[in-house]
Amino acid sequence: MIIANEITGRLTWGAFLHALITEGAVVGMALALLALAALVTYKRRWRWLWTEWLTTVDPKKLGVMYILVAITMLVRSGADVLLMRLQQATSVGSSQGVIPTSMFQQLFSAHGTIMIFFVAMGLMFGIINLVLPLQIGSRDVAFPFLNATSFWLFAAGMALVNVSLGIGQFSAAGWLAYPPLSELQYSPGVGVSYWIWSLQIAGIGSLLAAVNFFVTILRMRCPGMTLMKMPMFAWSVLCSMFLAMFAFPILTVTLALLFLDRAIGTHFFTGGGGGNMMMYVNLIWAWGHPEVYILVLPAFGIYSEVVATFSRKPLFGYASMVAALVAITILAFSVWVHHFFTMGAGADVNGFFGIMTMIIAVPTGVKIFNWLATMFRGRIKFATPMYWFMGFVGLFTIGGVAGVMLAMPAIDFQLHNSLFLVAHFHTMLVSGVLFGDFAGLIYWFPKVCGFRLNERLLKYSFWCWFIGFIVVFVPLYILGFMGATRRLDHYAASTGWQPLFIISGLGSLIIAAGLALLILQVGVSIRQRATTRDVDGDPWNGRTLEWTTTSPPPVYNFATIPVVHGRDPFWAAKQEDAAPPETRAFGDIHMPKNTPVGMFVGGFAFVVGFTLIWHIYWLTILAVLGILITAAIRTTSTDESEYTIRAAEVARLESSRQGVLV
Amino acid sequence: MSAAEFAAGGQADARDIEVEAKAIFGFWVYLMTDCVLFAGLFATYAVLRDNTFGGPAGYQIFNMPEVLVETLVLLMSSFTCGLGVLAARGNRKAQVLGWFAATFVLGLVFLSIEVTDFHSLVTHGSSWTRSGFLSAYFTLVGTHGLHITIGLLWMAVLAVRIRKTGLTRGNVRRLTLLSLFWHFLDLVWIFIFTIVYLMGAARV
Repeated sequence: MIIANEITGRLTWGAFLHALITEGAVVGMALALLALAALVTYKRRWRWLWTEWLTTVDPKKLGVMYILVAITMLVRSGADVLLMRLQQATSVGSSQGVIPTSMFQQLFSAHGTIMIFFVAMGLMFGIINLVLPLQIGSRDVAFPFLNATSFWLFAAGMALVNVSLGIGQFSAAGWLAYPPLSELQYSPGVGVSYWIWSLQIAGIGSLLAAVNFFVTILRMRCPGMTLMKMPMFAWSVLCSMFLAMFAFPILTVTLALLFLDRAIGTHFFTGGGGGNMMMYVNLIWAWGHPEVYILVLPAFGIYSEVVATFSRKPLFGYASMVAALVAITILAFSVWVHHFFTMGAGADVNGFFGIMTMIIAVPTGVKIFNWLATMFRGRIKFATPMYWFMGFVGLFTIGGVAGVMLAMPAIDFQLHNSLFLVAHFHTMLVSGVLFGDFAGLIYWFPKVCGFRLNERLLKYSFWCWFIGFIVVFVPLYILGFMGATRRLDHYAASTGWQPLFIISGLGSLIIAAGLALLILQVGVSIRQRATTRDVDGDPWNGRTLEWTTTSPPPVYNFATIPVVHGRDPFWAAKQEDAAPPETRAFGDIHMPKNTPVGMFVGGFAFVVGFTLIWHIYWLTILAVLGILITAAIRTTSTDESEYTIRAAEVARLESSRQGVLV
Repeated sequence: MSAAEFAAGGQADARDIEVEAKAIFGFWVYLMTDCVLFAGLFATYAVLRDNTFGGPAGYQIFNMPEVLVETLVLLMSSFTCGLGVLAARGNRKAQVLGWFAATFVLGLVFLSIEVTDFHSLVTHGSSWTRSGFLSAYFTLVGTHGLHITIGLLWMAVLAVRIRKTGLTRGNVRRLTLLSLFWHFLDLVWIFIFTIVYLMGAARV
């Protein structure tokens, strides 16, 4: 019986009561936040936090904030994984394992949601914010205020997922919430609503960010940088953002329709009333499949930069790399049905999508061969970003071949929803996206923080991840062939699956050690920073424009906008060993002012989501008004939204950095 | 740059031009994403069009003369909006406010016809809960109506700003964006008029 009242909607004290383990996590998170607040108070850093970070519109700082959120979520979702692995290793025969079924369902739903939306997307947008403007020789993004708003919408969505842990519960309908299970009739609680609104809010943030970076790349490249002279990372971001612009509106529509079904009784995806469940599955994958490429293309871009830099060679087959990116971008929209071959679309349709899926492996193969050819006869330096790349090439190729197997509808009928599938897409996403983002983080860390990370500990971390990954997922490939399905919280002892599940569970501990090393080494690196300081801004003998400025770069990135004449302009300049370019006269620099408005919009969006979940409609109306009024004030205020750094001030700043520049 | 300088064709500095170009291009890109959003809703409507589930079909509930009036009113508002932007280019502030007031009123008329229509459908038992077809109909047409509402709010806010600060370069840029938005909504309506109403009014 759902009791609703006018003031608090369906929110009652019961919503705060959970199993002990969940309460433990909630208390832990609350204590961590309190400790953080206490530390900031003790250090008297609230003003600093406000002016330097919370109100910033500087993409370099927004990038850092994206990454901090993403790493935090990686730890949270990693803890979820350990619980799931423990459950699957122990819940066999008469033993019911460690957690109840309802919690297991929430765990796998939250795991997929968090990893895709708040880890992979967060790392991706973080790195794009940090690197892209620098790489194209720009001072900023096209719309700095919008950029901050995107981040705060992302943060609001993240907050909603985590609030569901303490107030109510999260969705138990899987990471894509297929109806009819996700309809009100079968999921009457607030879980699916949490899922809808956290994704809706974060998704709108991602859409706005995609528009922003698309315009930034097309309109703000420095003089001389034609499209075919852009660094490969910039190309990959251009393609990824293009995909996002076409895919995310579909997600917005799909989530909105599911919400309407649940909230006002429409019949889009219901079993009766003239709804069509298959339409949901089509719509969500029309977003979902491109989403995979949205995440992986920038990682491909990162690998391209890393391989070229550490092989000391220009990227092999630049034009074919671009062609492959564009081909993937286009084909990404023609393969979505391969996610549901078994739903009865018929042989012809399945055949078409199967063939398209195999075709999309071709440009991906082109990229792999180009990277290997770049390394061929290069003077390879095995710095840690290269380790992640090498791990990626092996794992990604194996996962890709498994993917081509799954692309055949006949085989897919056997393996659909099995652990083989789970192992396949984890191979693609972990080695493709996560390893790539790690490589990027390590590669560009000195640019952002001014010192290098600890190579030795990073290598330990890599080996933990790489070996742990194999130990976790090879058993899952085998289990898939043996018939084990995904999302399984209990199985019979007679299946003989338990040893493989135990091995997989042990592997997850190795990965956990790798993650712990990855995070803890940052502390060690900070302590040792005197010895690893990046004095000239070019720690890796880099090729592209971001290495021409200091580490960390000044707020305006470049005192004078660079002019380029070819690809790898910095490398070319170093090879010519030319005299340092004549100092061009400094001009006034216009930079956007900090503003808390983006944070306010994010805060209101959080309230909108939370109150819609709990049916507290009076507060929803107030929060929507809040967003509208904030937007109206922002557009009508006559204050200048920019400030000017005078040429003389630029000269002074530059000469104070002279020591590090020369 | 003041309005007078702008009118006199004074040299705009390169930065202003760049800001303008970025804003207009960015807004076009945003409109394309909005276009994808509507494409999703149109696709949904196309799938659910015949799922009337024993409820009324389109030809039984569409009031075509009213829809024609709605269409003409919206087209008219696009025309006055265009005249308003022309007046802004010529730096005639009073005319700008006049044309946009006309656009606002026409938009409001359009919206009130739509809301009345929705209201009468709901009171006659043909609400969005009746069938998949009606769910898709209300959502597609309603999303367009929501966009119109946002456009009207934007218009009101911008009018206040123009009264206060005149036809500055920034304000003319904002007007240009608003007019792009308004014409886009007009275009979407033409598709709604054709696909939902004209094709739906035919008795199959």
